[in-house]
Amino acid sequence: MNWLKRAKQGIKTWRKRDIPDGLWEKCPSCGEILYRKELIKLLSVCPKCRYHFRIDAFTYIGILTDRNSFTEMDAGLVSGDPLGFRDSRKYRDRVKDARRKTGMNSAIATGTARLDGRKVVLAVMNFGFMGGSMGSVVGEKITRAARRAVQERIPLIIVSSSGGARMQESILSLMQMAKTSAAIALVSNNAIPYISIITNPTTGGVAASFAFQGDVIIAEPKALIGFAGPRVIRETVGEELPEGFQRSEFLLEHGMIDMIRSRQELKGVLGFVLDSLMRGAATRVKEEHREHDRTTISLIR
Amino acid sequence: MGVRMLEFESPVYELEGRIEKLKRGGCSESSSEVARLEERLQDLERRIYRDLSPWDRVLLARHPQRPTTRDYISMICDDFLELHGDRCFGDDTAIIGGIARIEEKRLMVVGHEKGRNTKEKIRRNFGMARPEGFRKTLRLMRMAEKYSLPIVSFIDTPGAYPGVGAEERGQSRAIAENLKEIFDIATPVVVVIIGEGGSGGALALAVGDRVLMLENAVYSVISPEGCAAILWKSKERAPDAAASLRLTARDCLECGVVDTVIEELHGASHRDPEGNAAVVKRELLAFIKELEDLPADVLLGARREKYFSIGYFEGKGI
Repeated sequence: MNWLKRAKQGIKTWRKRDIPDGLWEKCPSCGEILYRKELIKLLSVCPKCRYHFRIDAFTYIGILTDRNSFTEMDAGLVSGDPLGFRDSRKYRDRVKDARRKTGMNSAIATGTARLDGRKVVLAVMNFGFMGGSMGSVVGEKITRAARRAVQERIPLIIVSSSGGARMQESILSLMQMAKTSAAIALVSNNAIPYISIITNPTTGGVAASFAFQGDVIIAEPKALIGFAGPRVIRETVGEELPEGFQRSEFLLEHGMIDMIRSRQELKGVLGFVLDSLMRGAATRVKEEHREHDRTTISLIR
Repeated sequence: MGVRMLEFESPVYELEGRIEKLKRGGCSESSSEVARLEERLQDLERRIYRDLSPWDRVLLARHPQRPTTRDYISMICDDFLELHGDRCFGDDTAIIGGIARIEEKRLMVVGHEKGRNTKEKIRRNFGMARPEGFRKTLRLMRMAEKYSLPIVSFIDTPGAYPGVGAEERGQSRAIAENLKEIFDIATPVVVVIIGEGGSGGALALAVGDRVLMLENAVYSVISPEGCAAILWKSKERAPDAAASLRLTARDCLECGVVDTVIEELHGASHRDPEGNAAVVKRELLAFIKELEDLPADVLLGARREKYFSIGYFEGKGI
């Protein structure tokens, strides 16, 4: 008997898919087959290799904040098409598709929330919305979020994931790097702590602006982080890329970030950092007031 | 030096050659002919350089004979002392900076330098800065603030250098740091985009109180070639990408990204470098004068508001 040949015609194997959709997920990093419900409980982190599956903005918000504490701001802002941009498709159509696909109006959700009871302003980018690219809406929402943090004197946390500036708004997108930087400068000058959390991937205009302006910068394990994308570097410069190049671990080694933490650990670390820095921020305000009192006193005299 | 020209420029150079020949001939009846041709030349310049496609402007912005930062410094400043190094790692020759004097005025000048001939271009890395360059710029800008020197920044770069070393030494961080710190540097900053304003590498030096742009300069978030490669899957479509990106000076003025467009004499700045430099100098000094006496908090507040107001979106916030 031949075990290798099919004895009869017409015998069908099951479709070459050993896992039905929806129930199981394969880790792209180590190949481990994971039960989806279990994976979600683990905050979409592979238990074997710590690979962080991509999650959308609201899932992230759920992980970082106290239940039902997130109040969204500026959810109604949507992209216009200031330049009438058109490549193979119209920009407006691309935005429409992204809105339908993600259920969000833009590539970022911003709002106020509580993190183990502490009030914070939180902004989380959504890579699923046109690659998390930054155009005028992302720039405006970050700016408003930052100003809100200053107004209320509460810390600012931004979770980045973005391919960079949005090409379809060209020069206006580029300017959002300057605009968000102005907003972060305002936060910094008011001694409001700003913690930047960098997730996979964060490159280009977002990396070269607010993502790297945090007082404390935390990255998820193995996230791709850099200015130019690896393909661009390889192509334009013809240089071979070293092992682990532009991954979180590489950046930590080169002194570019403070630490690498997985999603499960983030809330705890954030709490400690915020408590420590906010105490200082409060004393600084008191001192400024003292200074003010003294001048008032001298005026009265 | 041989004249290198773009295809659409050739009628201008042809006519110029004829005038030159007639002049050299020197006979009396040719002088009226010369005058007639010179008038025609002016007309031709106006026609050819006015109605250019965005892609033609990209070519002009990259023209091998277009004046670079060094040319502007030597044509505008009476004295210039270059300062080197970021005090961290090295000296990036893609960016030059130093103390300058124009008449009685002292300034800090920084800018990208692409280089003129092949050898110098390689030495200057074609004006593509590494983190050292951005850190040097920031060091000089802080010094300028400390000693109340206004800052003039010339922009001319294809972009920040996408290399392994640059990434290792924190290209993103270096640009991010400049973008944030400029909002605290309490001295007037006037920016002139003289050639290519290429993405983040340009912007790192291009945030200021007043942004001037030469008529044939271009400014965009990505090079037309890069954009075409991503959105059209073909670098050949760069001219289409250039049109879509709206990267000309007029477009940037319309978007509120630049404050003034400086018209280039004789159609393009490489056709009359001295004349153009004189215009740039006049404009620069006027803007510095306007900004100089503002109190620091007014200056910084206005700078911040200027950038807060840039952007276009629909819908309302809640």
